[in-house]
Formats: sequence, C-alpha cells, structure tokens
Amino acid sequence: MNRIDQLFENKKENILSIYFTAGFPSLEDTLPIMQAIEEAGGDIIEVGMPYSDPVADGPTIQESNKKALENGMNMKKLFSQLGDMRETVSLPVVLMGYLNPIIQYGVEEFCRKCKEVGVDGLILPDLPIQEYQDEYKETFDKYDLRNTFLISPQTSEQRIRTIDEQSDGFIYMVSSHGVTGAKSGISEEQEAYFERVKAMNLKNPRLIGFGISDHKTFSTASSYCNGAIIGSAFIKVLQDADDLSTSVKNYIQGVKQG
Amino acid sequence: MGKNMIKVDEKGFYGKFGGAYVPEMLYPNVEELRLNYEKITDSEDFKKEFDHLLRDYVGRPTPLYLAERLSQKYGVKIYLKREDLCHTGAHKVNNTIGQIILAKKLGKKRIIAETGAGQHGVATATVCALMGMDCVVYMGALDMERQKPNVERMRILGAEVVPANSGSKTLKDATNEAMRQWINNPVDTHYIIGSVVGPHPYPEMVARFQSIISKEIKIQLKEKENKENPDIVIACVGGGSNAAGAFYHYYNSPEVRLVAVEAAGLGVTSGKSAATTALGSPGVLHGSKTLLMQTEDGQVVEPHSISAGLDYPGIGPVHAHLFDSGRGEFYAVEDEDAMKAGIELSRLEGIIPAIESAHALAVLNQLEYKDTDVIVINLSGRGDKDLDTYIKWGGY
Repeated sequence: MNRIDQLFENKKENILSIYFTAGFPSLEDTLPIMQAIEEAGGDIIEVGMPYSDPVADGPTIQESNKKALENGMNMKKLFSQLGDMRETVSLPVVLMGYLNPIIQYGVEEFCRKCKEVGVDGLILPDLPIQEYQDEYKETFDKYDLRNTFLISPQTSEQRIRTIDEQSDGFIYMVSSHGVTGAKSGISEEQEAYFERVKAMNLKNPRLIGFGISDHKTFSTASSYCNGAIIGSAFIKVLQDADDLSTSVKNYIQGVKQG
Repeated sequence: MGKNMIKVDEKGFYGKFGGAYVPEMLYPNVEELRLNYEKITDSEDFKKEFDHLLRDYVGRPTPLYLAERLSQKYGVKIYLKREDLCHTGAHKVNNTIGQIILAKKLGKKRIIAETGAGQHGVATATVCALMGMDCVVYMGALDMERQKPNVERMRILGAEVVPANSGSKTLKDATNEAMRQWINNPVDTHYIIGSVVGPHPYPEMVARFQSIISKEIKIQLKEKENKENPDIVIACVGGGSNAAGAFYHYYNSPEVRLVAVEAAGLGVTSGKSAATTALGSPGVLHGSKTLLMQTEDGQVVEPHSISAGLDYPGIGPVHAHLFDSGRGEFYAVEDEDAMKAGIELSRLEGIIPAIESAHALAVLNQLEYKDTDVIVINLSGRGDKDLDTYIKWGGY
C-alpha cells in the first residue's frame, strides 16, 4: 500500500510534514536529515529537488536551492542518495520541485526511479492540472505515485472541487497570498479561508503550508485540517545547526509539543 | 504552408511551445487575464484610447526610413523601421501603453514589471506616471550597474527600482522576482511583462500590442515601394517582442523571409552566449514551454550578452515555434560584431542604435540576399542608454 494512503488512513490529525532541500546544507546530508525527521516524530518527508529558478519560493528556500546546486546536487545524485533510504526510513516520502528538471530527466524514467527507491508522491507547483490529466497522470498512476496540487486563498470553489477530483494523496493548502517563507503567523482572514475550505467536505485530506513555523502556528493550522507543512522555518534550523540530528529533533519535538 | 500556420491555439500553444505553467497561486490572475484580454482589447473604448496614446503620446506612426548610405554599402535596399524614435527610446512602450489601459480596465491599482536593459522598466514607469499608478520595477543588480541612466530615469518617473540579487543578477532573475512579487500581491497588482514570454496569454497579448510595427510597415512600404511585403524582415531577439511585432503581419506570408538575430555573446560555443535556438532545448521557464539554455540536468544556464536586453536564456514560445517549424531564420551575432555594426550605422546614417538593435544590423554581414531585395530592419531602440557600453568598448 502507498505509504501516503496508509498514513491518512491511520492518522487524521496533527500530521506534520517537513520539507527540506536535498543536498543542503551539505551534499550528503539528505539521508541523515530524513532519518532525523523520522526519529523526531515527523509524519511525512518532503524532499526538495533543487532548481535554478524556484519562482514559488521565498529567499530562504531559494538560497537553499542555490547552495544545494553549488554543492553538486542533481537528479542522478539524489536518486543514488535515496537508493537505500527504505532500509532506514519508513515514513511517506514526497519529492517536491519544479517541472523542468523532470522533463529533462524524462517523465517516465523519473517516475520509474521514484518507485524503485520508494518515493510515494510528488508535488510539482508548476505542473498545470490540464497537462497533468493529459500527459502525466497515467504515468504517475503506473508507478503508484500520489500527486498533490496546491490551492490558495484565491482559488475559486469550483476549481477547488476540480482539484479535489484530480488529486490523490492530499491537498496542499497555501495559507496566504505569498511565496514560501514570506509571512509568519496566522491572521483572522486566513482562518476564515481555512474554515471555508473545511466546510467543503473534500474527499482528500488537507495539509496547510506556508507561514507555519512553530507549535502555535502548527496547532492553529492543524485545527482546521489534517495537519501542516513546515519548510522555510525548518531550512533555517538546518542552516544554524551545529549538530543536525540534535537540532532537527529539538525543533520537531518543539513544534509537536510546544 | 497553411494560412494560419503561426497562430496561438486555445490552450496558449504555438505548435509545441507555450502554455501556462504557473503555480496555483498565480492561476486566478493568469486566468482573469486570459478570460478578459481579448474582450477588453477588442472593445471600441480600448482601441480608441490605445490609438490615441500611440499617436499623440508615443509619436506613432514611426518612420520607415530608407537608409541610403547603408543600402549602398550592402548593395541592397534597406529600410529602417524607426522604433528608436518612440517616446522613451524603444518599441517597449507600445506594449506598456496597451497593458496599462488593460490593467486599469481590470481595476488594478498597482503595477510591477521586470526589466533587462531598463527600456521596458522605463516604458512601464512612464505609463504608470501617465496613469497615476504605483510602479515597482525589478531589475537584476548587474543590469542596474550596466544601465545606470535607465535606473535613474525610472526613479525620476516615480517608480521604485528593486534589485534582483539571485542567479546572474540579470533579466531572468528580475523576472523570477517579479513573478514572486505577483504571487505575494495577486489581487490589486498587474504584472506588465515586457516581452513575448511568460504564461499564456502574455506572449500573444504582448505580440498583439507590438504588432502595430508590422501593421505600419505594410502601409508605409505600400506608399514607398508600391507593395506591402518586403523580401526580408530582420529583428533582434532576446525574449523577442520587437521581432514578434515586426513579424506579426508577415507570419503567414511565406514569401517574406523572417530573420531573427540572437546574441552570440563571446561566441556561440564560448560558454558566454545568449544564442538560445543554437544552444537550447525544450524546457519550461517563466510559465511557458519554450527553447531554453539549460544543463543536462534541467538547470537554467546563465546567459551572456553585451546587450542587457538580449541577455536571456529563453526565447518567446512563438519564436521557438518559428525556429522549430522552419518559418523563421535564426542567426547569432557576437558582441564585437554588434558593436561594430552600431558604430557603422552611427557613421553612415547619423543614428546611434541600441546595442540590441545593432545585432539586427550586424546580421547583414552573414545573410544571403539578392541585390534586388527590399529589406526592413526593425531598429528597436536608440543607443543613448548604451553610451557607457560604447565608451567602455571604445572601438570607434
């Protein structure tokens, strides 16, 4: 069974998904960070595939992408690092990134590789829904990969319904107008949006991301859906860490328990 | 060749290229534009204001000038379409006039833009001043250095100029930053893209605003040569807005050769080039599928050109299609040759061209043509902004 499906079947609330950029802070940190997230009690691991032009990301994730590329990260390297991850990591693993490197790698070959190393899902913000339906879905399905779409406060109800229809796995609710890491805290206006989407009774589980950084924002977001995603704030922890494993554990435990 | 060979389809594709690859956060904005831009730009109201401003504010029609001494030198009849005489010094203003009227009709309060050479930034700052709208222009930090006078022009016009410090600190990075800022301010802000790039409907919308160039060429050539069609139209291509405008009404006249000139930088194979069709492969950047300079791993390569306006690793999807379909002829001109062509035009015709446009002039040395041909070169901008670069180069 796909690990994403399994997770949402067994756990309905306070799901914590952690994003980090592969190959950051150092090239070989990818797998140790994944292991630390699992040990610390994270629920989903989102591995960012670095890209030269990450337009949906704010400065923190941009910098981590740049650093990772300078460190020598690329798709081949990433798959080799993830090659034996299933010996030590049992959490669902989602790859997140931009379309262009995947097109160059070859979509079918990319998906085959994902399946081979044990990746469970994908988040590709610049893959349009129509194109997904026409050209990608069949391949994603063939390799048992769940695809996650984003919705934002601007997304119309009708389009949210379409996205819910097309999604499997979970829906990524972008919490506010903005790129990643742009704002922190949760406003009343955002809570109204969370409430509105909650009342739509979508078939897919929902995780809220963008602007989640600590126990307070995590708990607030989680009260409206199945859990939340932390990216930029986690990258900052990695940046400042003396000992990665300890910092990751302290941070994640702090987010979960306050 | 089919009559409508070069035409955007309803999904925003020119052949294999185009589309709208944007994060969901931008979908409502792009969709709002897609649903409204044709309706608005086709309305009598819009046309009246657009035509009026192009005539009385920009100074259109721009002359189609028979460059006699240049013609003599190359043994062929050469006309220059004088976009350099547009208000603000380049063709860019045709598009910003169109988009600002559109933005106003969509109820937007604030304008953002990216700029490379600064011409589009200046053209945007200009129309924002004209319409009393707030304006923020994103510009690569390196380009801000290279094009200081344009930075100050934008500031004089009341725009805020924000440096883009990522990547090569040039046009690509300024575009990334503008897209991020649009994501951050989706409701009240319109993003005026300066070239025929970006997600659908931008490439087609910008091309239509620029198509006034070839519309006028047809009328003017009819008066001068008693025929609407030249044998060859030449334009430089970075993203490709002046070329799209100069080619637009000739796309489907296969007897007219469409010559697109890219920047070879220090040489196509030097690793310091912006010759996208020579070096690129299909990929997705800034919201459309197009030809792209990239590594095997799909990372976008930093381009190089002495001309900030051509220093872009991609090309508008319509040009990718012109290249792919064989309808367009693509050449690449090196920095040095462009500079020499700029000096040549200055000495022969008393016109100092923008270095972008100098690339189009320089292709005369590579191009095969008949001495009976009539050639139109789109002189997209004037060289005032490039004085620093001319001075540093020094070969005059």
